[in-house]
Amino acid sequence: MRAPRPLLAYGNGRSYGDVCLNDQGTLLQTRQLDRFISFDPRSGLLRCESGVTLSEILQLIVPQGWFLPSTPGTRYVTLGGALANDIHGKNHHAAGCFGHHVTAFELIRSTGEKLLCKPDLNSKMFKATVGGLGLTGLISWVEIQLLPVQNPWMWVESQRFSNLEQFWLLNKEAERNWPYTVAWIDCLASGDSRGRGILFAGKHAANQTQLPAYQEGSRKVPFDPPLSLINGLSLRSFNALYYRQPVKPQGSLCHYEPYFYPLDKIQHWNRIYGHKGFYQYQCVLPPAVAQDATAELLDAIAKSGQGSFLAVLKTFGERASIGMLSFARPGATLALDFPNRGAQTLHLFNQLDAIVSAAGGALYPAKDARMPASLFQSGYPDWERFAGFIDPEFSSHFWQRVTK
Amino acid sequence: MNSLNRIVIFGATSSIAEHTARQLVQRGASVYCIGRNADKLATIIADLKVRAGAEQIIDGISADLTDSAQHPALIAQATTALNGLDGVLIAHGSLPDQKACEADTNLTLQEMQTNALSVINLLSLLANQFEAQGKGVIAVISSVAGDRGRQSNYVYGAAKGMVTLFMQGLRNRLTPAGVDVVTIKPGFVDTPMTAGLDKSGPLWAKPEQIAKGIINAMAKGKNEVYLPGFWRLIMSIIRHIPEFIFKRMSL
Repeated sequence: MRAPRPLLAYGNGRSYGDVCLNDQGTLLQTRQLDRFISFDPRSGLLRCESGVTLSEILQLIVPQGWFLPSTPGTRYVTLGGALANDIHGKNHHAAGCFGHHVTAFELIRSTGEKLLCKPDLNSKMFKATVGGLGLTGLISWVEIQLLPVQNPWMWVESQRFSNLEQFWLLNKEAERNWPYTVAWIDCLASGDSRGRGILFAGKHAANQTQLPAYQEGSRKVPFDPPLSLINGLSLRSFNALYYRQPVKPQGSLCHYEPYFYPLDKIQHWNRIYGHKGFYQYQCVLPPAVAQDATAELLDAIAKSGQGSFLAVLKTFGERASIGMLSFARPGATLALDFPNRGAQTLHLFNQLDAIVSAAGGALYPAKDARMPASLFQSGYPDWERFAGFIDPEFSSHFWQRVTK
Repeated sequence: MNSLNRIVIFGATSSIAEHTARQLVQRGASVYCIGRNADKLATIIADLKVRAGAEQIIDGISADLTDSAQHPALIAQATTALNGLDGVLIAHGSLPDQKACEADTNLTLQEMQTNALSVINLLSLLANQFEAQGKGVIAVISSVAGDRGRQSNYVYGAAKGMVTLFMQGLRNRLTPAGVDVVTIKPGFVDTPMTAGLDKSGPLWAKPEQIAKGIINAMAKGKNEVYLPGFWRLIMSIIRHIPEFIFKRMSL
């Protein structure tokens, strides 16, 4: 029996949109490819099968003094997914994307051919597959260079800023001194306090004898509430309160789990949006226009009255991404969650698209469920060249949607 | 509590066994893995070595366990490699195609060899070794299918039933010697062995859940363990249906 085509790898299903979906075809579930292949605790070189999650990797490496060189906001993604989406983290300005730390991987094509890819071996296929949304074939294993750390703790400073202009100044300063920076924005604030928020700067804690005890806790949202718990009232109150949280400009220790993965503590957190769910909107805006375009986006969102309690603003570093379809590029990236209110929400996205498009920006495929083909194609000018590297038997719902 | 520091696993390439090995290694155990598929076994041993600390022994050998003549040598190799045994887990087996067995008696007997006789041969040898050392735990993965014969899989069920009954006798014999004999009866588990089946519905469990239950049962020296536990109730009901009704049911 031949499985229906096209094929597409499906890891742990943590992408927000349809990059990991494949309506008419067959999904190759990779979670059972969950074996470690080799780990050298002296050099920090780790090779594992592509279905291993970042969480499983952290469990192994952190006690031995190593950390992921780049990590997204959840540790429940697979290694193959991290590679295929060329994910980025709060340290992009200092360390680049995930793909920059990949030393090798194996790609299985639908012909059965196994391609060993390294930055200098099958390098074109390497560049196509990093950030290639799983379309070039099945990634069977990945080798990465880890980052040495002294302990599982982070040293974190937080600082409040009262508007967007202050953010840019503060952020520039923080990027110079800290490997990790990210800001939370109150996207409902307008006028003089438009873009107010809190900047979190962090670094791995230095070697020290006294470390606090850390108790891992986990809560879950047990069921879908009948209506989204995220509405105008709850958002406005949350944002106002969150903005007024006590900041710690003098710094404090924070365990890496709550620092990098605050939402992982709440299983099924997405259920707070009710059964209609949510959209995420994450864009990148080129440096020259980033400040103006960010302000325009925030104005449009504030005006719409729809907003997100997880609005995150960060600037990417200068380091060019490896992948032909990599999202990260110099400029600022704004990420927002919106409860799905149907036409109203999609209408807002059209307005935001116009701003991103005029700025010459792009949206993040890993988090997208609705971008128009034109915006994808203008944001990823290499897409036609990339198409030449797609495995003839592979495709995805996303790819069909954005190349129409 | 039984010490689980040195464990040999027969059928180590089965998904349940592999997850059990991982969790044992996580607890600091040394593990010796025996499985048929040499490539898969090598992959699993490499994985366990990455997960293990420097002082833990991870080793293994590929062998076809249906060949009972090899059993004494395999047990000796495992015992030497680990410097003695605290426990053993027998996990090898296959899921026969019932219809094919009905059409081919040789296939039926072959399935009996794989799922019952080879296990009983290993158990007989291990029982003597463990009885002599006066401690340890012997665990076997049997099945809820062995609790009652049903038309849909009675070849598999009869083989597992034989193992379950043999284990009862062994438990009775080895308890005075201080050896625990643990029969594991998993229900439906999402593994490659059940790849062809529809796995929707609340009865299906993940192999890592079953592995956790196996280690707990081995450490505590339990007798017959259903995994997950709700299968005890389901099987109790199935066992208590009178035969004159049961024989007309489509199960």
